[in-house]
Amino acid sequence: MTNSMQEAENSDVILITGTNTTWNHPVFGGMIKKAVMQKGVKLIVVDPRDIGLAKYADIHMKQNPGSDNAWLMGLQHIIVKNNWHNKEFVEEKTEGWEEYLQSLEFYTPKKVEELSGIPKEQLYEAAKLYATSGRGAAYYAMGITQHSHGVDNVMAISNLQMILGNFGLPGTGVNPLRGQNNVQGACDMGGLPNVFTAYQPVVNEDARKKFAEAWDKKLEEMDDKVGQTVTTMVKNAGDSIKALYIVGENPMMSDPNQNHARKQMDKLDFIVVQDIFLTETAAIADVVLPAFAFAEKYGTFTNTERRVQFSNKALDGPAGAKSDNEIIAAIARRMGCTDFPETVEDLYAEIRELTPSYAGVSYERIKDSTGLRWPCPTEEHPGTPILHVGKFARGKGLLKAIEYRPPAEYADEDYPLVLTTGRLLQHYHTGSMTRRSKVLEGIVSSGMIELNVADAEHLKVINGEKVKVSSRRGSIEITALVTDKIKEGIVFIPFHFVESAANILTNDALDPVAKIPEYKVCAVKVEKIAE
Amino acid sequence: MESTFKIYINGKALETSAGKTVLDVAREHDIYIPTLCHHPRTGKAGKCRACLVEVEGLRGLKESCALEVRDGMSVKTHTEQIQEVRKMIVELLLSNGEHNCIACEKNGHCELQDMAYHLGIERPGYLLDYERITLDESSEGIIRDANKCIECGRCIKSCNNNVMHEVLDFGWRSDHMRVICDDDKPMGESTCVQCGECVQVCPVGALTFRYAKGKGPYWELDKTKVICTYCGVGCSIDMFTKDNKFVYSLGTEENWQDQTNKGMLCVKGRFGFDFLNREDRLDTPLIRKNGKLEKAGWDEALDLVASRFTDIKAEHGPGSIGFFTSARISNEENYALMRFARGVVGTNNIDHCARL
Repeated sequence: MTNSMQEAENSDVILITGTNTTWNHPVFGGMIKKAVMQKGVKLIVVDPRDIGLAKYADIHMKQNPGSDNAWLMGLQHIIVKNNWHNKEFVEEKTEGWEEYLQSLEFYTPKKVEELSGIPKEQLYEAAKLYATSGRGAAYYAMGITQHSHGVDNVMAISNLQMILGNFGLPGTGVNPLRGQNNVQGACDMGGLPNVFTAYQPVVNEDARKKFAEAWDKKLEEMDDKVGQTVTTMVKNAGDSIKALYIVGENPMMSDPNQNHARKQMDKLDFIVVQDIFLTETAAIADVVLPAFAFAEKYGTFTNTERRVQFSNKALDGPAGAKSDNEIIAAIARRMGCTDFPETVEDLYAEIRELTPSYAGVSYERIKDSTGLRWPCPTEEHPGTPILHVGKFARGKGLLKAIEYRPPAEYADEDYPLVLTTGRLLQHYHTGSMTRRSKVLEGIVSSGMIELNVADAEHLKVINGEKVKVSSRRGSIEITALVTDKIKEGIVFIPFHFVESAANILTNDALDPVAKIPEYKVCAVKVEKIAE
Repeated sequence: MESTFKIYINGKALETSAGKTVLDVAREHDIYIPTLCHHPRTGKAGKCRACLVEVEGLRGLKESCALEVRDGMSVKTHTEQIQEVRKMIVELLLSNGEHNCIACEKNGHCELQDMAYHLGIERPGYLLDYERITLDESSEGIIRDANKCIECGRCIKSCNNNVMHEVLDFGWRSDHMRVICDDDKPMGESTCVQCGECVQVCPVGALTFRYAKGKGPYWELDKTKVICTYCGVGCSIDMFTKDNKFVYSLGTEENWQDQTNKGMLCVKGRFGFDFLNREDRLDTPLIRKNGKLEKAGWDEALDLVASRFTDIKAEHGPGSIGFFTSARISNEENYALMRFARGVVGTNNIDHCARL
């Protein structure tokens, strides 16, 4: 996030899209409601479902899944045509205007209505409200990114914020809501194929030199090419990838097109899984290493607003398990690395030394406080709640021309419904933790397909009936939840439940840049199960 | 700079500034003024009258939770008259309902019990008839005992103004007045999402966590601050444990204004950590032998991993090994795996579930 969550009430208008906030980030969802109800902040929700925040919205637009690039650029088309954009900001702080302007031409309200299903009058109202209310903040999550054009969607949000000058002030910004408690930290720590910590590129020789020196390696021993992503590693299993070391991940539930993913995993020579339970992925491993859970160790986590927080040890883990860093260090030693950091403190000292944005975040400063937001380059630095104050980190903000691309697969004669996936309030990701919780599993213990009333009528399916859902990649059986809270022609399935795993159906088409799979759109059919 | 001035509480001069209440200042200086309807996160309510104080120059007793400080104000918190009034309030509350501390989940952590203790009330001074209300055990995580409710309204305020779920309210009238869910539905059938905020702010045992019942009284529990593992908000949690088992979670109240979650939690952060106690936690390395995962020792497992990685690297190059790090492990552990992949194996094939 460029900004912080507490700023929600400093906004004049908030745009929520691709995030079912009250289910996936519930505490922040409450803060949005509070901003609307108690501070009079205007709210625009764009989602094909009647999500919890929809009833608090001034405008709720229900787009067709996979059309976010269209309506986002369509909003900007209207804003620019009406001269509602912030010309001074565009002039002074951005570049790429001409090309961007040209690409806007395509997104006429009529065209956008055709592509997104959002009536052009409503789109106009939303554009006007968002552009003319004052400070606007955009919040989004995987509903924006998990598309074969996910990067375009994010760029489109960034464009929208730039042309309105919504950067560098409280209550503005481009604000992705991270789905796990340490996605931000994992990225900051270089848990990505292209960067070391703090986004220092692996293709940059100076960066490689710096890390080679710190790790007592020769420069030529450092890999100088960008590595593979999670999705391409699975795709290349058996070919360029022979072994996987999987820590705290469950791709056998979370990867798209599960049947294919499973076949790929079987081609590997060696799989190591390090986890707290025998997950679906651990079950197919060659070696399983038992690890401590978050409350059984201490260390730092970085939240969606870049806040580095200290988490203490509350419990002793199982006697036969170890902490992740201890296991990793033990393997490193066995592979001949004699100076691998042994303790959490040693690791953190190295992090601070090699990561400018974390250099000032000492344990002492965050142990008894509420954390510090990076960049925090020195021990005296107070942290940075808002990024890009005054000017953009890269100098000028780049307005991106965006060419419309449809989703990789859409409803057709054979598979007439569009499936979108996500989480429920009570469950988390692949369910390995929440499905083992008495209360959470007690409230919801099985998956369901949300089906619009009209679609259900057409299919002669009643609420609570078990149905068969198929895509080109596989099929599952699941209970129908007939509702008017989802747009006609669209169905929703949560991906937590192995008994009715949504990812058997999803499409493994990837965004060409981010290699993110298109979880949010694929074509399915729903059938009655013959008695 | 806002100007500061002095007020006097029980004769003691205390530096303060405008906008604060007498109760705020007393709390800042560890001066005990009992409260029931006031909670730092729900603010003043002016209902229970337990916080009455005497102010020089003002007629009658004043509610310290609602009384703003003024320069030179002189306040007394424990005069004989105040204590008499408090005693009456507490005796009436104790007489109306079932305040049997012996097996109450709140024993040792109950604000009504604390007041009775400080006022030296051994048994209620009155005997009132009341209609016993059946427990509401319909919710998975929360038990409601209206017989212990003192109608302070904290849960209602927090449900409607803090977590914004808009489920709780007062229903019915006079003697029959009580806290209801929606239009008086059992909690488990109402629109309640079971975030548990109401339990956290309840001063008495009217709202309790089902699975904490009988796990140990408050004073036997250990409290540790952890960061929730369930989403990117990064809520600060006070995790209560006993005998190395998770018991329950509260949103961290300390410095709540600056906490990312401002003391609140969701249903996952509140109830989702009993997985830590599960019997099926992995507690030994496993190695696949003849197609089956079998228990193995650490040395055997680690040796095998190291030798297989070494062999595969030698045969196919470092780029043939891939690493999935995790958005659920700490920064230090992510760094460790990153250092291992790049510095020991020598590949940039490292990624995590940011995309999934």
